Amino acid sequence: MTNLECLRGAAAPKSHNARTIAALTTNPGCSRRAVMDAAGIDKERLASHVGFPARFGQSQFAITRGNVFEAQLKANGCAELLRLLREVLALPIGAAAYDDLESVNQLDARADRSRELLTRAADGDEDAGTLFDHPLLRLEVGGRWVYLEPDLIALQFGGKFYVVEIKSFAVIDGKADGTKVSAAATQSAVYVLAMRRLLAEAGYDPGLVSHDVVLVCPENFSNRPVATLVDVRKKLSVLERQLARMGRIDAIVDGLSPSLTFDLQVDDAGVPQRPVAELVDGMGQIDARYSPECLANCELAFFCRHEARGSTAALGKSVREELGGVSSVSHALSLASGAVPPAEDEIEAAEMLRFAAKLRSECLS
Amino acid sequence: MSDVLPAVLADLTSGLHRGVVVDSPPGAGKSTLVVRATSSMVSSGQLPLMIVAQTNEQVDDLIARLVPALPPGVGIGRLSAQGYVAPPRVAQHASVTVGSKVADLGPALIVIGTAAKWATLSEGQWPWAIVDEAYQMRSDMLLRIANRFDKALFVGDPGQLDPFSVVESERWTGLTWDPMQSAVAVLLRHNPDLPVHRLPVSWRLPYSAAPVVSQAFYPFAEFTSGTGEGDRRLSLSTSGVGGGAVDAAVEMAAATGWALYELPSQHTLRTDAEAAAACAALAQRVVERGAVAYSEVAPDGAPVTEARVAIGAAHRDQVAAIRSYLPESSEITVDTANRLQGREYDVTIVLHPLSGRRDATAFHLESGRLCVLASRHRHACIVVARAGIPELLDAHPSTEPVHLNVPVKFPDGWEANQAIMAHLHGHRVRDSG
Amino acid sequence: MSALTALARVSAVSSGVAQPIATVRHVHLSSRPLVFVPLALAGEANAPLAALVGSSPDAPQLLFVPQPRNRDQRFEFAAKLAAILLSYVDSFCGETETVPAGRNTEPRERYVDAPQILVPNGGGVGFVRLFGRSTRFRRTEGEYAVDASVPLLGRWLTFFAERSEYPGSSLLVSMTGALSMHWATGQSAVEDANLAALVGWIDPPSGMSGAEAALEAEDPLTWPPAGPATDPTFDNEVLAPAIEAGSLSMLESALRSQLMPTWELMWRGVSLLRGLPPGARVEQRWTADRDAFTGFASYVAEGGYPQAKRDVAVAAAQRLARLERAQALYDAQRAYDDPLLLAEYRLSGEAFAGTVIASSPDRIDDSGKRRVLRPHVTVRSEDPVLLGPGASVVSPARPSQTGSFVSVSGPDVVLELSGGMGRGLTTPPGSVPEVGERLTYTTLTESYQAPAAFPSREETPWTHGGPPVEYVPDDEDAAEDWS
Ligand code: SF4
Repeated sequence: MTNLECLRGAAAPKSHNARTIAALTTNPGCSRRAVMDAAGIDKERLASHVGFPARFGQSQFAITRGNVFEAQLKANGCAELLRLLREVLALPIGAAAYDDLESVNQLDARADRSRELLTRAADGDEDAGTLFDHPLLRLEVGGRWVYLEPDLIALQFGGKFYVVEIKSFAVIDGKADGTKVSAAATQSAVYVLAMRRLLAEAGYDPGLVSHDVVLVCPENFSNRPVATLVDVRKKLSVLERQLARMGRIDAIVDGLSPSLTFDLQVDDAGVPQRPVAELVDGMGQIDARYSPECLANCELAFFCRHEARGSTAALGKSVREELGGVSSVSHALSLASGAVPPAEDEIEAAEMLRFAAKLRSECLS
Repeated sequence: MSDVLPAVLADLTSGLHRGVVVDSPPGAGKSTLVVRATSSMVSSGQLPLMIVAQTNEQVDDLIARLVPALPPGVGIGRLSAQGYVAPPRVAQHASVTVGSKVADLGPALIVIGTAAKWATLSEGQWPWAIVDEAYQMRSDMLLRIANRFDKALFVGDPGQLDPFSVVESERWTGLTWDPMQSAVAVLLRHNPDLPVHRLPVSWRLPYSAAPVVSQAFYPFAEFTSGTGEGDRRLSLSTSGVGGGAVDAAVEMAAATGWALYELPSQHTLRTDAEAAAACAALAQRVVERGAVAYSEVAPDGAPVTEARVAIGAAHRDQVAAIRSYLPESSEITVDTANRLQGREYDVTIVLHPLSGRRDATAFHLESGRLCVLASRHRHACIVVARAGIPELLDAHPSTEPVHLNVPVKFPDGWEANQAIMAHLHGHRVRDSG
Repeated sequence: MSALTALARVSAVSSGVAQPIATVRHVHLSSRPLVFVPLALAGEANAPLAALVGSSPDAPQLLFVPQPRNRDQRFEFAAKLAAILLSYVDSFCGETETVPAGRNTEPRERYVDAPQILVPNGGGVGFVRLFGRSTRFRRTEGEYAVDASVPLLGRWLTFFAERSEYPGSSLLVSMTGALSMHWATGQSAVEDANLAALVGWIDPPSGMSGAEAALEAEDPLTWPPAGPATDPTFDNEVLAPAIEAGSLSMLESALRSQLMPTWELMWRGVSLLRGLPPGARVEQRWTADRDAFTGFASYVAEGGYPQAKRDVAVAAAQRLARLERAQALYDAQRAYDDPLLLAEYRLSGEAFAGTVIASSPDRIDDSGKRRVLRPHVTVRSEDPVLLGPGASVVSPARPSQTGSFVSVSGPDVVLELSGGMGRGLTTPPGSVPEVGERLTYTTLTESYQAPAAFPSREETPWTHGGPPVEYVPDDEDAAEDWS
């Protein structure tokens, strides 16, 4: 067993998808998360077993809406999508051939079939198709193969591939929620990267895949779709760097105790039996880098927040920065009150904190 | 080396375009281009001409360079705010008339002023205009002055700091006329067919710096140095006593054009005293060591005096901290990136914006800031930083948001920072503290 | 985030309760605000689900859409909301005062009071904006006719939302925004966006620390989210079955139970804010709000078009200029009103406090054409002085008087004063600081800045796309789907 398998224990590895890969880029400095993800540990289950369940529930209304929207776009051989793509990409009318790759059952077979079709298309074989519905791509993430399923890949006349991403958040008067657009862009970048690697491995120019992705969303308050080209070049470079770093996770893993494992010791009924204290202790052995942004991005956030109580980082990066980088709440207060003499490298911070404390007490008395 | 000016002027006077843009990387001769364009427009009668710069200092500098380049008798009107007192470099020229209204400027065929001043005019139209430092100008400012001219030449450095505002501007993102864009960005979004020329050669940056700066900050608009390998040399007349890290860094910079003066890793206040002191010490040591700069303009060498050395930092309080380590009489320039834009020195010392930070925020990662700081020198640049910046960068994602219908701007600040640190790694001198 | 606020946050952690970061209240509070707590249906673009609305704590009105995907029912919801909101707005269109003529303005009438809408959080403001957007273009006749009140509601909501972008405006206020301007909690700004957690820190129930109250507030079962997003578990386990069952009473009680806790928090927030004395310049900013309200009321009365979807180039630039001026003024006014905010500038070196140790109130400067009164005062600063010769400063105690740095030696700053002393050559008593007086000087100024000049929209230059076509709402706007 490799170290990573030991860490995960008996459970099957949690598989990545574009969203979880995208999430890797949100707190790249956190070793805890990097190790957990590389080992394929189910963070959600772990968090919930140690008493800090994540709250990433999805409303069924949102799910339904998303499904309805995608189905509407893809109805009649993607008729509506095609209309949009013709607008934004100038796909030649009539030359659209549609392949529903979702219909192939077995994962590897589907991936193979996808690769075959896509490379034939790259060859300029016109029969290979123009629209590829739910192709299955493979990407190596932290030494394991991950299957990825873009909503659609379109081949433009003249031979450029475009990743098409369908989202159900609204674009209102040309604007959409920045966080959602960014997340969609990162996810699409994952597909672009996987598709580029597929082509490169097969001996084609990865540049055949455009760095512009087509984001399709409902327009204004309606169900009518609107397509926008989004340039994901910056996201691609961030992602590539992050994936390269994941390959270097060994350095962290090698430093961990060989007996460390996050096996939940699930009993026959599927209920985890592992003593919580052991898991908590185990997590404590891997450095975390908690910041309040974790709350929106990581399943372990409530656990890490609890652990980070009393640290200035838990109050936000800008708070810690303003406190001169002092990392603990109580120490910041002691420096501010003069109760403890500052270490040599804290003299300036302490001076500022004392001044701040004096100002506050003067104004509040 | 091809001269872009004739092509620029041909486009401007062709009647096909109302505007022409010239992108100028650091030290590529932007001011020279403006001066030459002006004199050529004067001699071929493209007059009257309005010239727009962004600050009073830029306007005055431009006047000082323009007057000797123009045929005698060509009058220049200096449009200014009330209470403006012309500095000697402007006041000494009889051909310059200063006034706060156009009517006060007499028959001047060239009228020059800041954008803010031009924006106060509600009438008058000039057939020709030159807008200098157009990337520093916010698009709403261009909106206010654009009706004053018919055709215009826009000149500027696309790698500089973006315009900013203290208020929320999210309301306008995605609009082609988003007032928060630079003047050039909005101009090109509405007139995508305007010719854009590029000055391909930096005359300021030495051979050792041009490719580094070009790759990190101008990934899609490469430029080279005007001087070749070995054309610029920095020699130290005296040897360092004791051979400490400061001397080692100065020697490294003299020999290779770059040095990274690395302090032990530590989280500090922005005004890190140790780093500030190191900046001051390095700058002084360059002068003390009797640095002599050999270059195409001084083949026999010119001493690097205090006036030829600058220290740059990101924040004003850092500037104040560094200054406090220099004697009051020192002529070494210490300033923020914003204010160093457009200036040039033989040797620069840069306090790295990420030095001692725990977190890399959008402010720290803005590529323009580092670009300005790393591109002010003719000979050598010494970066002062706490250890650990590459790790800090690795630990932080790129912070640049993605918006619909907003063109992506390159380079990514995070990438640019990585590239510079990777380059500096080979020029590292450690101060063991 | 300033260092003073950061310090307040760490103090809050250790004391277990939020710490003040303001000594006065910087928002205006109406004596009868309209509290509005909206909920939207998950997954949809601002589809209304329910709202509690009213201007009295014990009389919330519940509005809800029984079948949230039904377009007609949404417009019925809009009409009901319009009935409440428009009559609330109308109730301020009564008594006026006359504003005397200014330098370039005619005398005009201004309503003596204005409406104020309070929503729980930034999302609430977003709901108001989007609901305004989805209703203001509707037609009241023809194919897609809606009730006449609906487009009117849209215009007003849009007005409130746009006005809320103005620094210092209090016409539409988010409770989390208002509270976190005055208190620093022991949690992060991200967590402060949860109204229940924020109020928990500021005013924890007895026997509980702020931290405990905040933790409890994160449980959506006890404290449902303050909207507009609902709790997914509520959606799946309560809302969906109730909609499915088509039972109005089930729905009503489910939605009321989701909204009531927030309704109560809103009024607790109101009383917490009322507990603070208003800053001296709050009234002045409210007057500007009343002006804006009066102006928009007459625009609506004259049948003005609904607001455009996006700003054209000139409008965008003008608005940015106005916002920047408002921001600068707002920053200065708050610092003048509140020594704790002024202290932030002392910490950063943009202000200093000290005691006058010498004063020459009758000093005359006769170097110019005219003899002028230019008193000198020497202030011994208790703060580090980072400003230097050439700087000019103002003391909130005498806002119309400017002091220019003459010299600094050690802690002693010599200032030359001008303004605020009448026109003569002797100073009226009290107009120049006397020896022994303690005061603060800052570089912030609330002095009038002339608005910038912009071309008219017909004169939009070629650099910005040329003159835009005149916006006239069309059928397409009126017919826009609402899925
Ligand atoms: S929540 Fe914990 S494990 Fe997840 S990224 Fe944040 S610090 Fe790392």
